[in-house]
Amino acid sequence: MSAASESVRPEPSAEERFEYVLRLADTSLVAGQRLAELLGHGPTLEEDLALGNMSLDLIGQARLLLALAGRIEGHGRDEDALAFLRDAPDFRNVALAEQPNGDFGETLVRQCLLDAWQLESYECLTGSSDRELADIAHKAVKECRYHWRFSSGWLARLGDGTEESHARVSAALESLWRFTDELLTPDALDARMAVCGIGPAPALIRERWETRMAAALAQAKLERPAHQHYPWHGKRGVHTEHLGHLLAEMQFVPRAYPGATW
Amino acid sequence: MVNDPPQDAAPAIRVRQVWQTLESVMDPEIPVVSVVDLGIVRQVRAGQDGQLRVGITPTYSGCPATEVITQMIRTALDQSGFADVTLETLLWPPWSSEWLSEAGRRKLEAYGIAVERSEPGTLACPRCASRRIERVSEFGSTPCKAHYRCLECLEPFDTFKCL
Repeated sequence: MSAASESVRPEPSAEERFEYVLRLADTSLVAGQRLAELLGHGPTLEEDLALGNMSLDLIGQARLLLALAGRIEGHGRDEDALAFLRDAPDFRNVALAEQPNGDFGETLVRQCLLDAWQLESYECLTGSSDRELADIAHKAVKECRYHWRFSSGWLARLGDGTEESHARVSAALESLWRFTDELLTPDALDARMAVCGIGPAPALIRERWETRMAAALAQAKLERPAHQHYPWHGKRGVHTEHLGHLLAEMQFVPRAYPGATW
Repeated sequence: MVNDPPQDAAPAIRVRQVWQTLESVMDPEIPVVSVVDLGIVRQVRAGQDGQLRVGITPTYSGCPATEVITQMIRTALDQSGFADVTLETLLWPPWSSEWLSEAGRRKLEAYGIAVERSEPGTLACPRCASRRIERVSEFGSTPCKAHYRCLECLEPFDTFKCL
């Protein structure tokens, strides 16, 4: 980018930056909490460990991002205050992340769709003009590569597995596909952050996500579902009913015992 | 043990003393390697005001040992007379297994943990050195390790991942 175009690049307001970082942070936090629900319930010991490890990575990313959001906001809220003391309408995660675990196939399909989006998003964000966000993205992208290898590997094994496993992941793909539109369709804030050089060009994410998913679906012998209209807007705080239940469990201890420490 | 605070020493000498202190801080989960061997301590630098800063970096974003390690470093510095040294977290450049020291790699292997390198095909069983191994899972007992099995001696083993 030339020095001239640097100088005319618009600056987002602190409020816009806060909202934008929250979308990434809350998506990681909610996805991490969903996977944490499976600790001790994985189909095999190795898968249990894998899901737990991915949950840790996601919650770790959320912590870095929420701490950044708190600094941007400047009202003294730290990562714990943002994670535990906000209600569902204040969460900015994409609605895909809050969908229930269902069976192992449903969990895997949700992760696969989300991993591809996080991987492409963080890869683009490593070039963000926001240095702190770029540093977090550099760290997160390495972890997301592992997550994608895990989820796309299982997608192939289940999709190209038995009749039963194929039927189950096909059904999961059909039911979760409608949530992908939110990942790929930019709203005004996405567009604004792209213009400011902080977020990636929205068309780029869609193109890279579609390419990645098409290859994974072909390998898994799965049909790409038809486009479905998306009526939820988790990025703007309009969630499915599942988020409230997830938060009730996640936030119980800090809300019941304010200020409790280990 | 509380040493005399080495306040008067020149900054370069104090930086060296801080490194020596940190070399005695062992990883809480792999107690044969120090936080310096692991590359978790990124830098020790003296500011223009003479204030020393220790820069540490997490291996994985969610590694639960990170906080324990920070506390252990703080305690070691306090006990060695470096209570005025500040700790800062550095995310850039992100940690990778390339940050492991050669000594650290040898200690891990002697402890039974293989170390993955960026060149493929170099991983060997830490017990019998066989290259006939298979990966059980990319995810192991801690975020930084993967789980392998040796097809020669049939023993399972942990591998420090190439991140």
